[in-house]
Amino acid sequence: MAVSTGTPPAASRSNVPRGPEPGAAPVRGNRWHRAERRLSPYAYISPFFIVFGVFGLFPLLYTAYVSLTAWRADTDGSQHDFVGLDNYRTLLHDQFFWNALRNTLGIGLLSTVPQLLLALGLAHLLNYRLRGRTFIRMGVLLPNVTSVAAVTIIFVQLFGRDFGLINWFLGLFGVPHTDWQAGTWSSWIGISTIVTWRWTGYNALIYLAAMQAVPFELYEAAAIDGASRWRQFRSITIPVLRPTILFTVITSTIGALQMFGEPLLFSASQTPMAGGSQHQFQTMALYSYDQFWGKFKYGYGAAISWAMFLVIVVIVAVNFLLARRMKGVEAA
Amino acid sequence: MTTLPLVKRPRRRSGRDRQLSAGKGVYVALAVVVALSVFPLYWTLVAASRDNASLSQVPPALLPGSHLFTNLRRAFDQADMQLALVNSLIVAGTVTVCVVLTSTLAGFAFAKLRFPGRGPLLGSVVATMMVPTQLGIIPLYIMMANWLHWANHLQALIVPAAANAFGVFFMRQYLVTAIPDELLDAGRMDGCTTRGLYWHIALPAARPAMAVLGMLTFMASWNDFYWPKVVMTQQNPTVQLSLSELASGYIQDYSLVLTGALVSSLPIIAVFLLMGRHILDGIMQGAMKG
Repeated sequence: MAVSTGTPPAASRSNVPRGPEPGAAPVRGNRWHRAERRLSPYAYISPFFIVFGVFGLFPLLYTAYVSLTAWRADTDGSQHDFVGLDNYRTLLHDQFFWNALRNTLGIGLLSTVPQLLLALGLAHLLNYRLRGRTFIRMGVLLPNVTSVAAVTIIFVQLFGRDFGLINWFLGLFGVPHTDWQAGTWSSWIGISTIVTWRWTGYNALIYLAAMQAVPFELYEAAAIDGASRWRQFRSITIPVLRPTILFTVITSTIGALQMFGEPLLFSASQTPMAGGSQHQFQTMALYSYDQFWGKFKYGYGAAISWAMFLVIVVIVAVNFLLARRMKGVEAA
Repeated sequence: MTTLPLVKRPRRRSGRDRQLSAGKGVYVALAVVVALSVFPLYWTLVAASRDNASLSQVPPALLPGSHLFTNLRRAFDQADMQLALVNSLIVAGTVTVCVVLTSTLAGFAFAKLRFPGRGPLLGSVVATMMVPTQLGIIPLYIMMANWLHWANHLQALIVPAAANAFGVFFMRQYLVTAIPDELLDAGRMDGCTTRGLYWHIALPAARPAMAVLGMLTFMASWNDFYWPKVVMTQQNPTVQLSLSELASGYIQDYSLVLTGALVSSLPIIAVFLLMGRHILDGIMQGAMKG
């Protein structure tokens, strides 16, 4: 949403009410003045574009080159060792890459779906007229303010096998103590809990902002027609929120696919880059980091980065298509 | 346009008095959510104020103890927390000033100045928000380590973060409506240069958005983990790195680790408690404008 409506309408809007620009101020139209006026916009935007060009765009393009080499940090001269698509061929048969992809998608689904559903429900609650609403909203946003590192480390203690509060609490209901890091599902659930805790309130506030733009009359009219609360929520709130929902789905998908700090610090072992004893929660970002930082393979690490980017693009595109189809179905 | 309303942005009536009022059930549900949101942080405070023996008892301790200062001293001795705090403060502070400055400049140009190429350039700003940062991380590290020799220096954290697309877009969206075009035209008539317009009209009007963007940037920079983890070492850490180092020790010293978590989070939580209302506004307005 932030993306789709940004440029064209606003740009044309601000063109309309302006007077005929050149010649509107002929009073001091000397040459220096005109030059200043023509060139200064570029001067104003240049700091951003210089920083972005050098530290954003250039590395992005350079990754593509690095991914075609056998560059290793521990081998001199290897940066010129051009190997074509070899790294990508290796990747296709690399079981650890597929494992990382599976883990990333699994943890991504487990964290994104409940998180957004909970956020929707929470936003609905926050949309009532409330006493102390600033306090409640701040309380809900507090987890998002805390850093990934701190949150994960706190939760690792809460998930502790022997003395963790979560096992103690579950034990009250007769659930045996779980070693959360050890299993595939338990570790996925653990990491997803951390992500969900950190982001639900933030997304709820974004939904809330969109909900408050819905005219109250719509609900009144629906209520007069005998629509139940649930029906109003489904037929008014959700359709109005669709662009916002798509926006949050996409941002949280992109975030989930790049997940790094949570699995790294969740492992609480001496080899955190492995993502668990059986790599059961090694995500793509973690695997890429493991290859380039832990094993000095710049070329291969870069290839993993590109593969990751491709996965992100495909999944975001699928999200868009699904959203469009849903819209089509409803219109029909 | 009347005389001076430009600093205040048009406030949408939220229709507050027309919302459904909440019943008991809503309050109970929200109380549970807020409790769940606050509890892990509260428990961090509990653990940081106790010794390890009392943390491993059943049922677990749920009230703060008396060891907070002992633990703080241990944390500052064991990990270089002092250096880490100073480093994080320098980095987050400098990055915030730079981002607010570059974003205000570019945001003003994109919102209010007409120049050839404006549309495509703004489009490219929006497009860069979509590109995942991790894609360029290896070359960025190579640049820092091999070419610039900035690895393990604070400028490796500051310079690449000195401008970002989100900030530019955020400022542009704000300034489009915050400054009436008539005012700029009037300024031009009076012979104001573009710099004059920026200085006397845009900057004062941008102040509220600058505060919000500044806080969001400061928090993001303070909390950043991935890039510091790649380019810095434990000899020159940020707070987040020190904290992860504390947590990766052979012997799990819970109260020490959680004291570290407390120390690293407190400054940010303090900022949030003081300015939280503006941050809330920023997030919700950002959502609406986008």
